[in-house]
Amino acid sequence: MPQLVSHPDEVRVLSRRFGQGAAALDKYLELDGYKAAQLAIEKGPDWVIAEMKASGLRGRGGAGFPTGLKWSFVPKTSDKPKYVLVNGDESEPGTCKDHVIFLQDPHAIIEGAMIAGLAIGAKMGFIYLRGEYRYLLKIIEQAVADCYAKGILGKNIFGRDGVDFDIVTQTGAGAYEVGEESALMESLEGKRGIPRIKPPFPAVVGLYGGPTVINNVETIAASPHILLMGGEAYAKLGSERNGGTRLFSISGHVERPGVYELPMGYSLRKAIYDVAGGIKGGRKLKAVVPGGSSCPVLTADEIDVGLDFDQMSKAGTMLGSGGIVVLDETVSIVEFALRTIKFYQHESCGWCIPCREGTDWLKKTLTRFYNGGGNLKDINNIQYLAENMLGRTFCPLGDAAAMPTIAFVKKFRHEFEEYLAGQRTEKNFITTEELVGASH
Amino acid sequence: MSTVSDSIFTPATAARFDQLVTLYPVKRSALVPMLLYAQDELGYVSDAVVTELAQRLDLLELDVRGVLSYYSMLRTVPAGKFNIQVCTNISCMLVGGYEILDHCKAKLGIGHKQVTADGQFSLEEVECIGACCWAPAMQVNYDFHDNLTTIKVDSILADYAAGRGKDVH
Repeated sequence: MPQLVSHPDEVRVLSRRFGQGAAALDKYLELDGYKAAQLAIEKGPDWVIAEMKASGLRGRGGAGFPTGLKWSFVPKTSDKPKYVLVNGDESEPGTCKDHVIFLQDPHAIIEGAMIAGLAIGAKMGFIYLRGEYRYLLKIIEQAVADCYAKGILGKNIFGRDGVDFDIVTQTGAGAYEVGEESALMESLEGKRGIPRIKPPFPAVVGLYGGPTVINNVETIAASPHILLMGGEAYAKLGSERNGGTRLFSISGHVERPGVYELPMGYSLRKAIYDVAGGIKGGRKLKAVVPGGSSCPVLTADEIDVGLDFDQMSKAGTMLGSGGIVVLDETVSIVEFALRTIKFYQHESCGWCIPCREGTDWLKKTLTRFYNGGGNLKDINNIQYLAENMLGRTFCPLGDAAAMPTIAFVKKFRHEFEEYLAGQRTEKNFITTEELVGASH
Repeated sequence: MSTVSDSIFTPATAARFDQLVTLYPVKRSALVPMLLYAQDELGYVSDAVVTELAQRLDLLELDVRGVLSYYSMLRTVPAGKFNIQVCTNISCMLVGGYEILDHCKAKLGIGHKQVTADGQFSLEEVECIGACCWAPAMQVNYDFHDNLTTIKVDSILADYAAGRGKDVH
């Protein structure tokens, strides 16, 4: 069971109910649960969208798109039913925040989905969890059942005539790619999780061809809090154009790993050294992957940066899904780069050639390099190959594989060269075929 | 709804599938969960499962197989009674994920995607399971076990072998 952590610098909005047994409906109601949804019904969709826009909330799945704006893109009238889709396919390595929300505050996800539904005029929502999260699926299923029993879901919710909202929970069966919004819709339609071409965007043509709002679990779970405290008050907690707080999963070589709720714009250095207690065993910091494995690595000298979408982008990386992975001086970047690309090669859905072939050749080259069969040309080739994947695929998985790879090679080129120098004499006679074959 | 007279599933699962297909605007939407629940019951997705699910959803068997081959949790051969899935992705790797995997390999005498001779255990190296802050972590069937050490793994495996694991009730 995931342990809860705390630190005085935390600002608890989303995690306010953590550790209080809020998975039980009665407890959730006692802690202001479903008040925001009723407020949304009273005040209407325009008010909800205005508050969401004012909050400055940006998508917590990784893309950082303004949520209020996303909701406002959904056409007011539609021949086809509209849908709300909650993305709980949390799979980005280094990220485990949605895991904690499902466990500690599942009703916030239901209430958030309801609010999104009220805002866009959808009467049905889906909550999609990755297949591995079975125990969490049971928790959210129970929460949904409790809501139906109390008239919080279904027809005429909260006793209000004509206000209907249904929720269906859905399990995946193992696929990182399904975390991409259009692939998720394919999966929910019972197909292979391959991405769709955009435009049209889901807000216009989404699930079953109907206008669809799709949001990450954390984004959805933030919306009830925003309506209760007011969009502007929420925005003020964060930094410029980056409203509110977010859950950061801090893992790797730190003394106190855990999921912490910090204001947007909080210092990355402080997150590592104060909040997470510094580097394990007093060792030196080598690098940080700041927002899940697809985000370009930062060196130890680059961590004086604020944790928000814009500041991270300025620093040449991304805030991503908020998964901060800390690497100490003992880590081999060559090995770390190989493990990263091995993941993306495994998870590429194979739909676009630059991603399918690119990740495969990057893995092959890095495997050979790691196993002692590398040469100097490989270092440039790795970078060249990765750079040529950028922007050439339907979905961001190609970029997600390429961007960290480029950063590893560019920022730690010396390590690749030293790795090569250190291995020259011993293992130089093994053939490529033997090496690649041996790794499978 | 397809009526399946000679279902290969237990009455409870068959009834659950009957209900599942009614939840969605399009019944094919039930396919991915049905494949997983079928596997939960039978240990793997057999040819007979493919046939019945295709029948239930008015799909070609080919459509079902196309989906089946996509998702990494679905398998077409039986796993052990307890399927050990060790995460070695970055956060786990940094704090000993590979040591845990190697320890399981040595302890069980099997490799990746292999099953012990008595059918009790199988082993898989898996990608990130969303337990990064409590790494190294693994799943035994659907149970999470985190903050692992090799000693902790020994006692977890012993518990399952003795019928005292989390998932054993």
